Amino acid sequence: MTLDAKIPQGPLAEKWSKHKFNLKLVNPANKRKYNIIVVGTGLAGASAAATLAELGYNVTAFCFQDSPRRAHSIAAQGGINAAKNYQNDGDSVYRLFYDTIKGGDYRAREANVHRLAEVSVNIIDQCVAQGVPFAREYGGLLDNRSFGGAQVSRTFYARGQTGQQLLLGAYSALNRQIHHGKVKMYTRHEMLDVVVVDGQAKGIVTRNLKTGEIDTHAGHAVLLCTGGYSNVFYLSTNAIGSNVTAAWRAHKRGAFFANPCYTQIHPTCIPVTGDHQSKLTLMSESLRNDGRVWAPKTVEIAEQLRSGKLKASDIKEDDRDYFLERKYPAFGNLVPRDVASRNAKELADEGKGVGASGFAVFLDFADAIKRLGQETVAAKYGNLFDMYAQITAEDPYTQPMRIYPAVHYTMGGLWVDYNLSTNVPGLYALGECNFSDHGANRLGASALMQGLSDGYFVIPYTLGDYLATIGPKAVDKTHPAFEQTKQDAIAHINKLLALKGNKTVVEYHRELGHIMWEYCGMARTEEGLTKAKGLIQALKADFWKNAIVTGENEEINAALERAGRVADFIELGELMVDDALMRRESCGGHFRLESQTEEGEALRDDENFAFAAAWEFKGENQPEELHKEELIFENVKLTQRSYK
Amino acid sequence: MNLTLKVWRQKNAQTSGKFVTYKAESISEDMSFLEMLDVVNESLTKKGEEPIYFDHDCREGICGMCSLYINGRPHGPKRAITTCQLHMRSFKDGETITIEPWRAAAFPVIKDLAVDRSAFDRIQQAGGYVSINTGGVPDANEIPIPKVIADEAFNSATCIGCGACVAACKNASAMLFVSAKVSQLGMLPQGQPERWSRVQSMVAQMDEEGFGNCTNTGACEAECPKEISLTNIGRMNNDFFSAKLFREEGVHDHAQ
Repeated sequence: MTLDAKIPQGPLAEKWSKHKFNLKLVNPANKRKYNIIVVGTGLAGASAAATLAELGYNVTAFCFQDSPRRAHSIAAQGGINAAKNYQNDGDSVYRLFYDTIKGGDYRAREANVHRLAEVSVNIIDQCVAQGVPFAREYGGLLDNRSFGGAQVSRTFYARGQTGQQLLLGAYSALNRQIHHGKVKMYTRHEMLDVVVVDGQAKGIVTRNLKTGEIDTHAGHAVLLCTGGYSNVFYLSTNAIGSNVTAAWRAHKRGAFFANPCYTQIHPTCIPVTGDHQSKLTLMSESLRNDGRVWAPKTVEIAEQLRSGKLKASDIKEDDRDYFLERKYPAFGNLVPRDVASRNAKELADEGKGVGASGFAVFLDFADAIKRLGQETVAAKYGNLFDMYAQITAEDPYTQPMRIYPAVHYTMGGLWVDYNLSTNVPGLYALGECNFSDHGANRLGASALMQGLSDGYFVIPYTLGDYLATIGPKAVDKTHPAFEQTKQDAIAHINKLLALKGNKTVVEYHRELGHIMWEYCGMARTEEGLTKAKGLIQALKADFWKNAIVTGENEEINAALERAGRVADFIELGELMVDDALMRRESCGGHFRLESQTEEGEALRDDENFAFAAAWEFKGENQPEELHKEELIFENVKLTQRSYK
Repeated sequence: MNLTLKVWRQKNAQTSGKFVTYKAESISEDMSFLEMLDVVNESLTKKGEEPIYFDHDCREGICGMCSLYINGRPHGPKRAITTCQLHMRSFKDGETITIEPWRAAAFPVIKDLAVDRSAFDRIQQAGGYVSINTGGVPDANEIPIPKVIADEAFNSATCIGCGACVAACKNASAMLFVSAKVSQLGMLPQGQPERWSRVQSMVAQMDEEGFGNCTNTGACEAECPKEISLTNIGRMNNDFFSAKLFREEGVHDHAQ
C-alpha cells in the first residue's frame, strides 16, 4: 500500500484554489439525500457539523459530554493566529505558512500548512460575524498580541478564554442547525467503533452513556473530530474525559495512525502535589517574559526546601542556579517550550527539584516586582497569580511560583491526505485528531486555527468530492457489517465487565502515565524506550487479568467508560513507543538524547527521517507495519534551530 | 484530614434516592474537591461497591460540566469558582460535608449527583445565535465595536452553562443564564437584526422547560462561578418588554 497524500499540482499559493475548482460538487437538491456522521463537537466537529448542515446535508453529531458546548476546545486560553496583517507589521499568508513549517521543525506537509494560513483570515471574519467578542482597541477595531515562534502580532484573543468564545460561536452555529432539524445531536454518547463496508466507512457503533444501549448509525461519511491523546500520560492539561478511543478503534479498522510519538510538553504548569492529582493546570507561557526560572544549586539545599526547613526567599543569590539564563544567554528564560521543559526535568532528576514532590522549579517574580512595582506586575498577570494562589494556597507575590512541565497537545493522529480523508474512504479526521498541520511541534495559538480551518473551510469542500463520487443512494443498514461490528463492541464491553480483579482502572492508567512520562516524555533513549515497551506489554496483560470494573452495562457506568478508554490508551502507548524507537532523530517535541547538537538542541536527520510515519494495525498483539509518506519541501529550506 | 460525607445516591431518574454516609480518610488539603471524591470512589471500587457518579470534565473551571450542591451552596463555600477549583483546605478536619445534586424540576437527576441540563441546550437552540452561514461574511474589521461594548458583551459571554444560578434560586429560575446570551448578542451590532425575536424565542423556550420566574433575590449572581451580573436580567427584561409592547414579531418567524 502506498500512501497518496493527494497534494494538488501547481505553485504552492495556487494549490488550494485550483483544487477547490477541480473538486466535484453535489447538486443542492441532492445534498439532503446524504447523511454525514460527525463524532465530537469541539471546534472542528461543531464547525464541520454546522457548516455541512448549512449546505444542506443531514448531519448526525455525537459527543460524550452532556452538552456539545463542553468539548475541551473550551479550555484553550491564549488565542488564534490569522494572517490578517491588521497591525501592518509585515505579516502575510506566506509568513504564517513559513513560521508554522519552521515551528513544526520541518515535519509537516507544505501544501496543508499553506492552506491553513490562507483560510486563517476567513476564520476571524466568520467568528466576528457570529458575535464572538474578541478583544478590541479603543478605536473599535480588533486587537492582536504576539505569541511564541513569530515576530509579528497576529494572535486574536478574547482575554484568557479564546477557546471558550470560539467554541461557543461554533456551538451557536450548531444550535441553529439543530433548531432547523438539519443536525440530529446525540449527547452522552460514545463512539465505540467504525462500520466498514467493502472498504468504505459507512457508519459507527455508539454506546448511550445514560442507558448503556449499543446502537449503530449509518452515514455516507464519518468525520472523527475527537481531539488528542495527551491523557495517555494520565496527567495532562486535557480534560478528564479526553480520550483516544474513537481514533484508536478507527485505527484498528484500518485507518493509519501517523507520528504518534509527537507530543508537546508545556513548561509552565502548576506542579503535581501527590498521587491523588487528577489533572494539571497550565499557566500561560507569557509569564516567562518577566519571571526568572531557577533551582537551588545543590541537592542539600533542595532537600531542605522540600522538607520545609527553608523557604525560597531564604536562599541566597549565590545558591541559586538561573539555569536557563546560564545555559542560553541569548534567549534566557524565553527559550522555546521544549528546551525549557527538558532543562527543568533534568534538574529534578538530579535531585535539585523543589516543592514537596521535588518535581518543580521556581519561576520568580521578585526582580520584576522590584523593577516594575507590584501594581504593574498585577496588571499584567493578576488573573494568573490568582489562579495559582487558588490552587496552591501560596502567594506568588511574596514566594516564587513552582512550575513544572506538563503534556498538553499531541501533534500525531490519524493519517489524512490533503482532503482530510484517512486511508479508509469515507472516514475523515479533523482538528487535533489528525496529524496534518503541525509537524513535530505546534506553535501557540495554532490549534484553534487548525480546528476551525478544517471544520468551516476545508471539509465542506473536500467532502463533497467524495460524496459526489459514491452517489446519494441510501446506506444499506441491513448489511451484515453493521450487526457484526455492533456484536464486536458488545463483546468488548462484556470482556471489560467480566474483570473483577484487585486493581482499579485508575491505578492502571496512572501506571501507564508513569511509564510514558519517564521513557516517552521529554527525553527519550533507545534503552528507555525498549524498557517501556516491555513494561507496557506487561501492564496490558495484567490489566486484562486483574483490573476491577464495577457495575453493569445498562446504566451510567463511569468505571466501564474509563476502562474502555484506558485499555485503548495502553495499546496506543505501545505504538507511541514503537514510533519513538523507530525515529532515531530529534525533531520538535520528539527528543532523542542520542541525537542532539553540541548546545543540546534537537538534531534532525533530514536525510533519513524527512517523512511522516503512518502505522498500520496488523492484528492484536502483532507489530504494526510502518508506511512512510516522504515530505517534499519545494518552498522552504531546511535549517537547524539555534537559541544561542 | 478526615471527613464524613453525606452523599445523595440515586440509581436513576425512575427510582427515589437517599443520603448515604461515607468516610473520607487521609485527605490532603491540596486535593481539589473532586479529587477527594476520586479517592472515596477508588476505595469504594476496591470494596466492589459502586462509585459515586458526578459530572466533571475539564477540572479547570471552564467547561461547566461539574456541579454539586455542597453544604447547601452550589459549587461550595467559596465565591467565583466551580467545584473543580474548590480545594480541601476550605474545609476543616473532622467536618461533615453534605453533597447533593442541583435541585430543580427542569434538571431531573439522572444518577447520584448528576442532573440532565439539556434544557439549557434547547433554550440556546431556540435562538441563541446570529443567523449567518459559513462564508460570505464581511471582513472582521468592517464591524467596529466600541471597546466598552465589546468588553461588556464578553463579560456576559463568559457564562459556562453550569446551572448554578438555577440551583441557587428558590424559584429555580434560569433568567441569569438566558439573559447572559440575550445580553451578549443584544449589545453587539451583529445581534441587532434578530434582537427582538431572539429574546422572545429564548424566553418562550425557557418557560416551556419549566424554569421559574425571577423575583430579584440575587442568589444566582452571588453563586455564579463566572460572576455574571444581574444587570443581564435587567437588559433581558427591557428587551423582552420592548419587543412585546413595541416591536412584536412572531416568535416562530425566527425559525425561518
